[in-house]
Amino acid sequence: MIFIGERINTGFKDIKQAVLDKDPKPLQEWARKQAEAGANYIDVNLGAVSSKPADMCWMIETVQAAVETPISIDTNKVAILSEAIKACKKPPLLNSTTSSKEKLDPFLEIAGKYGASMIGLAMDESGTPKESAKRVECAGMIASAWLEAGLPMEHLFLDPIVMPLKFMQDQAKEFLEGARQFTMISDPPPHIICGLSNISSKATEKKLINRTFLVMAIANGLDATIADVLDTDLINAARTAELMMNREIYADAYVKV
Amino acid sequence: MQIPDAKEKWTSKINAITLGATRAEGGTRAKTVTVGGETTLPFLTSEGEMPHPPAIAGLVVDVVPEGWPDILKKAIGDEIRSPAEWARKCVEKFKVDLICLKLLGPDPVGKNLSADHAAKTVKAVLEAVDVPLIIWGCGDEKKDNEVLPPCSMAARGENCLIGAATDKNYRTLGAIGKADKHKLIGEAPVDINIAKQVNILLQDAGFDLKDVVMCQVTAALGYGFDYVYTIFERVRIAGLRGDKHMALPQIANVGWEVWKIKEALADEDILPGWGKLEKRGPQWEATTAVGYIQAGADIVTLAHPDAIATVKETITQLMTGDSK
Repeated sequence: MIFIGERINTGFKDIKQAVLDKDPKPLQEWARKQAEAGANYIDVNLGAVSSKPADMCWMIETVQAAVETPISIDTNKVAILSEAIKACKKPPLLNSTTSSKEKLDPFLEIAGKYGASMIGLAMDESGTPKESAKRVECAGMIASAWLEAGLPMEHLFLDPIVMPLKFMQDQAKEFLEGARQFTMISDPPPHIICGLSNISSKATEKKLINRTFLVMAIANGLDATIADVLDTDLINAARTAELMMNREIYADAYVKV
Repeated sequence: MQIPDAKEKWTSKINAITLGATRAEGGTRAKTVTVGGETTLPFLTSEGEMPHPPAIAGLVVDVVPEGWPDILKKAIGDEIRSPAEWARKCVEKFKVDLICLKLLGPDPVGKNLSADHAAKTVKAVLEAVDVPLIIWGCGDEKKDNEVLPPCSMAARGENCLIGAATDKNYRTLGAIGKADKHKLIGEAPVDINIAKQVNILLQDAGFDLKDVVMCQVTAALGYGFDYVYTIFERVRIAGLRGDKHMALPQIANVGWEVWKIKEALADEDILPGWGKLEKRGPQWEATTAVGYIQAGADIVTLAHPDAIATVKETITQLMTGDSK
């Protein structure tokens, strides 16, 4: 399972203030905590706080001064991405593009040039599909463009797109069906990822909803997630699900790992 | 039509581990032995690297094993009565890479010798040879907990491989390994889940997995060999796929297990049509070892000089791709 720590995002007040004040401490503290919890990537999201690439670069450099973990550059703006990637010490994860050609092409070029991995959202210019079939179509387009660009499938992450359970209750099933079909796109298949916390947006039982959905998604082929990696119950549920999918070898002490 | 590329792409690497310490490294060995470091399945060098050949550890026992057949004792020679002399012969004559000293004497169901006897034997063997040493307890966890600490201390700084840590005695072995700077064997009873468990427990006790060699209680050919073979294979595949608790070198204690079974003990008078024991015994040992090497064993222990020679030649052929 590939975990991407979601916490360095200006959607959180402490991170927003830290970016405005250029105070490295909160970013570095969250970077360390998430790395210690086993995050494979640290997501860095500038959000709407600034549109300056330099601010994103500052965030990335600040995180890298604290941890060795690779960065997930969370932006859909090519102008920011093309500067931010130069600040990365290790090949990052580009988070994210859609299947729409004008968005996808520059991402492919940057991924190829820097040996980066990339998240492709299963949507196009018309927005998030309501049905799984359209999600599969978008994912297929991204995967074939990725292969045509000569890039390795193990560097591609496809996202069937999670919608909030509270507001779009019919969508969880479409996500799961989409994920299941993404596993058949190629052999070996691409990674299948989601921004997990979206499922519990504005809900009361956030942790329970996140955990339940993650397990169901793993059962349908998901092998990566952007999530709260400090939620031990969540991580342990994911580990248990991975054992049930026979992806890991069981040991009694597996949650200690 | 283009032929698809069927090569496996492995994402991970098996830990490389070096045994023995030279004078510059705080020991007294003239040479060290490095095993592991693979990025592919055994000898499949078209898919990755196998930087170190599997190593052969000459099996030396502190007391003459009662059940061993005469053909084996004769092949080893009179030196079998002195572990130090036996070890020297293994290195100088049989050309093994390292020595595996099995401490059978302290076994409570056998001679029940003291920890002091064991520590003295370790010291004598270290003085007799200049290759790295494996120190393997009798297998009784309680007695091993008494015997192995003084042995570890007697070999302090020599970077030995000490075994076997199980899910019962991993704390004691982890502590002596750390204190005296040795590597450890983690052992499981033909069970991949327990093998992983032992590694997690050792790590949890603060012992670095980079210093651990995995072992399954080794089965001789015909006695569960296929079970152990598939465990070696599954461990290696999991390790190459990124499971850090499985990306460890593996050892097969072939010499110790093979010379207990009827095919290696009984001659033609008891097994008509099975061929002379003199030839069959070492062949059985060599075949078992070569099987494990192809499943992922990085170290094999061997007792009979003919088996040592055969396995040595086979390793050379497999490493060079020269089948003659």
